[in-house]
Amino acid sequence: MSLPTMDRREAVKKLLDARDGALVVTGLGSPSYDVHAAGDRDNNYYLWGAMGGAALVGLGLAQAQPKKRVMVITGDGEQLMAFGALATIAVASPKNLDVIVLDNQHFGETGMQSSHTGRGILFDKVAGACGFSVARELRTLEAVDQLVDELRKPASGPRLFVLKINAENLPRSLPPRDAVFVKNRFRGHLGFAAG
Amino acid sequence: MSLDWPIELYDTLKSAGIGHMSYVPDAGHSTLIKLFSADSEVVTNVLTTEEEGIAIAAGAWLGGQRSVVLMQSSGAGNCINMLSLPVQARFPLLMLVTMRGEWAEFNPWQVPMGSATQAALEAIGITVLRAETGEDLVETVAQAATMAFDADQQIAVLIGQRLLGKKKW
Repeated sequence: MSLPTMDRREAVKKLLDARDGALVVTGLGSPSYDVHAAGDRDNNYYLWGAMGGAALVGLGLAQAQPKKRVMVITGDGEQLMAFGALATIAVASPKNLDVIVLDNQHFGETGMQSSHTGRGILFDKVAGACGFSVARELRTLEAVDQLVDELRKPASGPRLFVLKINAENLPRSLPPRDAVFVKNRFRGHLGFAAG
Repeated sequence: MSLDWPIELYDTLKSAGIGHMSYVPDAGHSTLIKLFSADSEVVTNVLTTEEEGIAIAAGAWLGGQRSVVLMQSSGAGNCINMLSLPVQARFPLLMLVTMRGEWAEFNPWQVPMGSATQAALEAIGITVLRAETGEDLVETVAQAATMAFDADQQIAVLIGQRLLGKKKW
């Protein structure tokens, strides 16, 4: 018996359509394509590399912009590379950081090998044990609709949501590759001069 | 003068507008860690591994804050791939790295990474500066902060083990 999973692009679009000005950081690979497919925005920061860095870029951003909500959208493989980041984020305890793990339980970019989450590791349990204020697994688009409402409410600490998504390689929707351009555009959105 | 360098370094970093700091603990950084942790104007993060600090510093800059990352040379090797982020995106980066494995070292396991630190950081594109005295260190960090945050450079300042003194064991 296999448990239900959802379409990743529809799930991400639901989250972003209701982002309410949230700053978004994406993990390399498909999560960056999913966020780009939902609409390129000045307040998206796409990572094309630096594997394991997405949630931590989100942490630094959340600490520097405590009045804005920061949403990290990344994949299970990317976050697995930075397991310790969950401890660092939990200790830092930002109230404005939400980590969304798009979990297809595979290393989709490299040939669909089964990942650790496909072999029993549960990110929501790990994040919960670290001390995230909320950590939960979602399996349907209806559950994402409810999550959108939940995300609007103030949090008492960092939150992590695992979205179990279909294991498939969708057509790529490529964000700009020029990291300096994306950085300056993002900072411009926040009112900082490009330098 | 040399005994007070961590305090002078703290004042220098504050004057440079540092409002954010991440660290992996090290005896040489202990005074700086204490001073920053007690400073309500500075956000501090304890890391599980050094490369986390590189990503956090990039995020802090995206949000308009100047960050410094403290580590020892054994951790510099952990950072190599993550350093592609500040190098590729030209994020300002200021790392202060206390050296191990080069002066009165008692632990042979520290020697390989200590010997490789400068070459490894330079190989990924970081500008490496070294200081051997407290006075030189404070001056070096002051100008490194200007180059990092005003000129978008990625700089590691290596703090010579001779300056830190022999570790008690």
